[in-house]
Amino acid sequence: MTIEIGHFSLILASALALVSAFGGLVLWRRGERLAAILAQSALLQFLLVGIAFAALVQAFVVSDFSLALAANNSHSLKPLIYKISGVWGNHEGSLVLWILILVLFGALVAAFGRRLPDDLFNLVQGTQSLLVAAFGAFTLFTSNPFERLTQPPLEGADLNPVLQDIGLAIHPPLLYAGYVGFSICFSFAIAALVSGRIDQAWARWVRPWTMLSWIFLTLGIAMGSYWAYYELGWGGWWFWDPVENASFMPWLAGTALLHSALVMEKRNALKIWTIFLSIITFSLSLLGTFLVRSGVLTSVHTFASDPTRGLVILTMLAVLIGGAFLLFAMRASALRQGGLFAPISREGALILNNLFLATAIGAILVGTLYPLLLDALVGTSISVGAPFFDLTFGALMAPLLLVLPFGPLLPWKRADLVAAGQRLMGAAALAVFLTILISALGGISISLAPVGLLLGFWVLFGSFAEIIERARIGRIPARESVRRLMGLPRSIWATALGHMGLGLTVLGIVSVTAWETELVTTLNPGESAELAGYEITFEDFAQVPGPNYMADTGIFAVTAPGGQVAHLHAERRSYVASGMPTTEAAIETYGLSQLYLQLGEPLADTHVLRVWHKPYILLIWIGTLVMSGAGVLSLTDRRLRFGAPKQARRHSIEAAE
Amino acid sequence: MKRLMTSLLLVLGLAAPVLAVSPAEMLSDPALEQRARDISSGLRCLVCQNQSIDDSDADLARDLRILVRERLVEGDSNAEVEQYLVDRYGEYVLLNPRLSMHTVLLWIAAPVLLLIGLATLWWAARRRKPSADRLGLSDTEKSVLEDLRRQDGKS
Repeated sequence: MTIEIGHFSLILASALALVSAFGGLVLWRRGERLAAILAQSALLQFLLVGIAFAALVQAFVVSDFSLALAANNSHSLKPLIYKISGVWGNHEGSLVLWILILVLFGALVAAFGRRLPDDLFNLVQGTQSLLVAAFGAFTLFTSNPFERLTQPPLEGADLNPVLQDIGLAIHPPLLYAGYVGFSICFSFAIAALVSGRIDQAWARWVRPWTMLSWIFLTLGIAMGSYWAYYELGWGGWWFWDPVENASFMPWLAGTALLHSALVMEKRNALKIWTIFLSIITFSLSLLGTFLVRSGVLTSVHTFASDPTRGLVILTMLAVLIGGAFLLFAMRASALRQGGLFAPISREGALILNNLFLATAIGAILVGTLYPLLLDALVGTSISVGAPFFDLTFGALMAPLLLVLPFGPLLPWKRADLVAAGQRLMGAAALAVFLTILISALGGISISLAPVGLLLGFWVLFGSFAEIIERARIGRIPARESVRRLMGLPRSIWATALGHMGLGLTVLGIVSVTAWETELVTTLNPGESAELAGYEITFEDFAQVPGPNYMADTGIFAVTAPGGQVAHLHAERRSYVASGMPTTEAAIETYGLSQLYLQLGEPLADTHVLRVWHKPYILLIWIGTLVMSGAGVLSLTDRRLRFGAPKQARRHSIEAAE
Repeated sequence: MKRLMTSLLLVLGLAAPVLAVSPAEMLSDPALEQRARDISSGLRCLVCQNQSIDDSDADLARDLRILVRERLVEGDSNAEVEQYLVDRYGEYVLLNPRLSMHTVLLWIAAPVLLLIGLATLWWAARRRKPSADRLGLSDTEKSVLEDLRRQDGKS
C-alpha cells in the first residue's frame, strides 16, 4: 500500500510540476499572485516527492521484496544503514533522489527567496518545475522504481558488496545536492534571459545558491575520493574515471561561476559569460547524469541493451540544453557590458582564472568523450586514461596556481602588478625555502616534485597576503592588528581560507605522488616486514563471520619509528548472497600520513601482503574540507545572505574600510 | 633458466587466483621489475573498468603482467613491450593514447582551446577600448581620401 502511495505521490508531483512550469514560464508577468501559487506548488512538490522517497526507504527497511527494486538490490540480513543507502545504490532509486534534491532546491528558493522580484521568482520556479516534470516523467515512464513483483522472492539479491559501506550513505546525497543544486543557477539564468533583467542584483541573488551547491559538490567529490581510497583496496584516490570526470567538470564550472559572478556583482561586467557559465555548469551535471545513467561510459554496449533510457535522456538533454543555448544566443547580444577595466586588475585576474578553468573543463570533456566519438565515427577503440589527464590537467593548473595569489591583492579596475608582487615576496621566499629544504631531506623521486611543492606552498602562504596586508601585521602594535583581524569581513577570510585549502590539497597530491613507498611481499603469521621505518608483524590469521559475509582477517602489529604499536585488522570478505569478494584495507593514521595495509589472496602456504606508506595524504581531503568551510564562511557574510536587503550592503562596505 | 621460471609461474599462476602484483610474479632484478611496474601502470586491464593492469586483480591483468615481465626478460625495450601488446590487443590497451592521425585532435584540444580563449580575450579587450587614439584618420585612410579627391578633381 505504501508503495502505491509513493507511486501516486511521484505522479502527482510531476503533474503539479508540469502545471507550475507552464504557469511560471508562460504567465510570469502575472506578478505576486502567481508567485504565491508557485511557492505553494514548490513546497507541495517537495512534500510529495518526499513521500515517494520515504515509501521506497520503508520498503527497503522492512525488506518488502514484492517491490522489484528492493528484491534486486536489498537483502534482509543487511545492516539497517545499508538497507537505507541501498535505495539510491541503483538506477531507479538514484533518480528519485535526484528529483528529491531538485524539488528541495525549488522549495528552498520558495522559502528563502521571497524577496526576489516577482517576475524573476516566477520564472525561476517555472524553470525548476520544468526540470522536475521532465525528470519525473523520465523516471515514471522508463525507470519506474515502484514496480511490484507478482511472485515476490523470499530473499533479495543483495546490494553490490563494494557499495555496502558508509560511503554510499554519504557520497551520493552530497554529490547530488551539489550538482543538482546547480539547477537553481540554471533556472536563474533562464529567468534572467527571458525577463531581460541581468544586473548586479541578479549576481548577488545567484551567488549564494552557487556557493551552497559548490560546497555540497566539493564535499561529495572529496567523500567519493576517500571512499574509493579505502574501499577499492589499492590506495588510489583519483582515477580520472569517466564517472569521476562527470562530477569534476561541474565542479570546475561551478568554481569558475563563483569567481565570474563576483566580477558581475561588484563591477557589472562579464555578464554574458556568467550567464553562459550558469547554463554550462548545470548542462555538465546533466551530461554527467546521461553518461553515468545510460551506461554509455562503462561500456559502449550497455547503451544498446537498454536504448530507451539512453535515448530519452539524450533527447531531454538536447531539448533542455539546446533550448537554453538557443535562448542565450537570441538574448545575449542584447546585454550591455558594464564597467571598464585594465588587463592588470582584479577583474583581469578573475578572467584569467576563468580562462584556465574553462580550458580545463574543455580538455577533460574532450578526453572523456573522445574515445566514444572515435569509436562511433571511425570504429577505432582507444583509451584515454590517467596519464593523459594528469599531463593535460596539470599543465593547465600550474599557471593558474602561479597567478592565483596575485588575484585577491589586485584592486578592481586598475592594479599595479609590481606592488602586489612586493607584498607576496614573503610568501614566495618561504615557499622556495621550504621546497629546497624538503627536496634536500626527502630526496627528489620525480623531477616535477619540487615544482609541485613550490606551487602548493606558494598558494598556501600567498593566500594570507591580503589578510596580513589588511591587518598591517608587523607594522602596527599587535593588539591593533588583532582588532583589525576581527573586523575584517568574513568574505575576506573566506577567500583566504578557500585558496589555502587548495594549497593544502596540492601539497597532499604532490607529496603522495612523489614520496609514496610500497611493499609487496608474502608473509606468514609470526613473520615481520619493514617499510619506511614501520615494522609490520603478522600476528594472527582468523576467519570471522560478519552479518552477511565471511571474513578472512589478518591481525597485524605495526611499530612506528617512534616506538608506538598499533594493532590493525585487514580483511578479505566473501558475501553470502553474491559470493563476491571484497577487501577491507587496514589504514593507520600517523599525523597526516597513513600506512595502508591490504591482505592479499591466501597462497598455498602463505599470505600476500601489500603495504603502502602514504606521506601527508590526508592533506588532500583536509584541503577540500577547508575549501568547503571557506564556502560556509562566505555564506554567513552579511553581504551574501539570502536576499539581504540593501542596508546590509552598506554595513559591509563600512567594515571593509 | 629465468624464462623457464616465468613460464612455470605462469602455469602456477593460472591455477591459483591472485591479486594485483603479487610477489610470485615479481622479477628478481629490481631495475627490470621497476620497468615492468612502469609499463604496467600505463596498460589498460581490458576486462575492467578503467583500471591499469598494475592495479587490477582480474585474471587477464595478471596474465598481461606476466607477459610484460617475460618480454622484459627476453630483452625487449619498454617501447617494444608496448608495441607487442598493441599488436595483439590494439591501441585500446594503452591508457595514454599515442599521437597519431586519429588522436591528433585529442592532443591538441587543450592548447587550441587555450589559444581560442586568449584570442577571444584579446579581441574583446580591443573592441572594448574606446578609440581615443583613433579619432583622427589613419595613414591608409588619408591616402584613400587623397586618391578620391584627386579623382574628383579629374572628373
